[in-house]
Amino acid sequence: MNLADLGPTSRRAFLGLAAGGIAALGAAAPARAARVRTSARIVILGAGAGGAAFANRLADRLEGAKITIIDGRAEHWYQPGFTLIAAGLKPAGYAVSRTTDWLPRAAEFIADYAAEIDPEAKTVTTRGGQRVDYDFLIVATGLSLDWAGIEGFSTEMIGKDGIGAHYHSPEAAAATFRALDAFTSKGGQALIGRPATEMKCAGAPLKLAFLTEDMATRKGTRGNVSITYAAQSKALFGVPIVAEKVRMLFAERGIGVAHEHVLKAIDPARKVATYATPEGDKELGYDFINVIPPMRAPEAVMNSPLPWADKWVGEGWIEVDQKTLRHARYPEVFGVGDIAGVPKGKTAASVKWHMPVVEDHLIAQIQGREGTETFNGYTSCPLITRVGRAMLIEFDYDNNLVPSFPGLIAPLEELWVSWLMKEVALKATYNAMLRGKA
Amino acid sequence: MKEMTLGTLIAVFEEMFGRGLFWVLVALAVAITLGFAFMVLRERRLVAGRFLRAEIFAPIGAILAVAFVWWITSSGFGDIGGPIDLLAVLAIAAVGGVGFTILIYVLQGLAGVLRPRG
Repeated sequence: MNLADLGPTSRRAFLGLAAGGIAALGAAAPARAARVRTSARIVILGAGAGGAAFANRLADRLEGAKITIIDGRAEHWYQPGFTLIAAGLKPAGYAVSRTTDWLPRAAEFIADYAAEIDPEAKTVTTRGGQRVDYDFLIVATGLSLDWAGIEGFSTEMIGKDGIGAHYHSPEAAAATFRALDAFTSKGGQALIGRPATEMKCAGAPLKLAFLTEDMATRKGTRGNVSITYAAQSKALFGVPIVAEKVRMLFAERGIGVAHEHVLKAIDPARKVATYATPEGDKELGYDFINVIPPMRAPEAVMNSPLPWADKWVGEGWIEVDQKTLRHARYPEVFGVGDIAGVPKGKTAASVKWHMPVVEDHLIAQIQGREGTETFNGYTSCPLITRVGRAMLIEFDYDNNLVPSFPGLIAPLEELWVSWLMKEVALKATYNAMLRGKA
Repeated sequence: MKEMTLGTLIAVFEEMFGRGLFWVLVALAVAITLGFAFMVLRERRLVAGRFLRAEIFAPIGAILAVAFVWWITSSGFGDIGGPIDLLAVLAIAAVGGVGFTILIYVLQGLAGVLRPRG
């Protein structure tokens, strides 16, 4: 059955595995220490998962602080839900709420985007020209999808002529499902892949490949459907043991792989995609293609002095210490979420683990002492391998698997309980995190 | 996982069900449990016949609980992939079975209490 058919009450009326959801998001329990008095001006750039959750935590912990949140987006998107929307299991509205629903009353909200960040003068200027001074800056802008980085593509094409792009928005994820549904009914060649830049949720394109295969199998059209996964490197995932497992599963499911293929252009008229490869450009024909463009820091961050100068050049991730998430050159600046220039963790689960660390160091700094918490690179990915099953993959900077339930929920096994966590418990845990309670 | 507190779990359940419904469900569960405890204390024993009749309903509760979970999620029997999945199904069935048994026991007791004596 389709959950979209259910009303919100019956959908909620489920004794689910909340504990599992907490694991999938990484359960760092909020430390509820005594409130700290301060008159510090704290600016949070971005009201997404990281910004909203951090604002709520700070509002709970600090007394007298002036907290300002700057974000021009009126809608809050529950991005871990995009895959479920693209699979046709949830409607677009599943991932949409209002930004202001999640922000603490104690904070001031400026509904505009940052245009300029000056960490020397400690000011942020919005596009509307409002200048905001800060003592501490939390950069939680998330990242930008560089659609112009794919030649011949425009976002109006999503959902038409076999073109999907489920990263774009909840609506685009729903349009991607329509294209995928039509494709798996008819058959042909599917191309699914990922960009060569750092990206949020590197598991999502793999999930889409598995789900395409599953959809065709359930419709009985698998024989007419050919799926090729275009990997940007020689591996299918950044964590070697997971890459091996995915390689085995792809082989078992008959999903082909084109290694070192990075999408650079599409020609919708000819239904041909062009990939950059070590041997030069290669063209592959498609009947369905899912476009995931290069990902970069938003312009205001990219043009500021905050990004790394010698790492991820052209991508703009900010230069933070990978354990404390504090900026290397501006100690009153921290990075939370996707914008942090660290080697792992552009997921909501990582955001959850970023927060206690940044909170600890920020409050320690306010109190004139040293913080002690560290971030170990924790990233979690409930890797869906078909509707009804997933692998609960959790790992750290060193590519170690760090399962939340060792010996109980095997990370590299396709399990129903892992699916339940993704489908049922994850959004509740995410929402609790946004409220600063998880 | 670092640590999971009761507060975190409650916050997650509030989000899952909605705050109102969650606490209504908690209140219902507590009321049924208290009703059971009250009845056992009042009668100073488990009434064997009533308990036996209640137990007959346990498998129905177990099946209903598992069917409910499969009904509201995009999954089913064929998705059981490992031992932990089977354990989860059994745990859901056990909760449904025990819950239903206690509920039926309490309802029978209430029916007895409320029945006009003639």
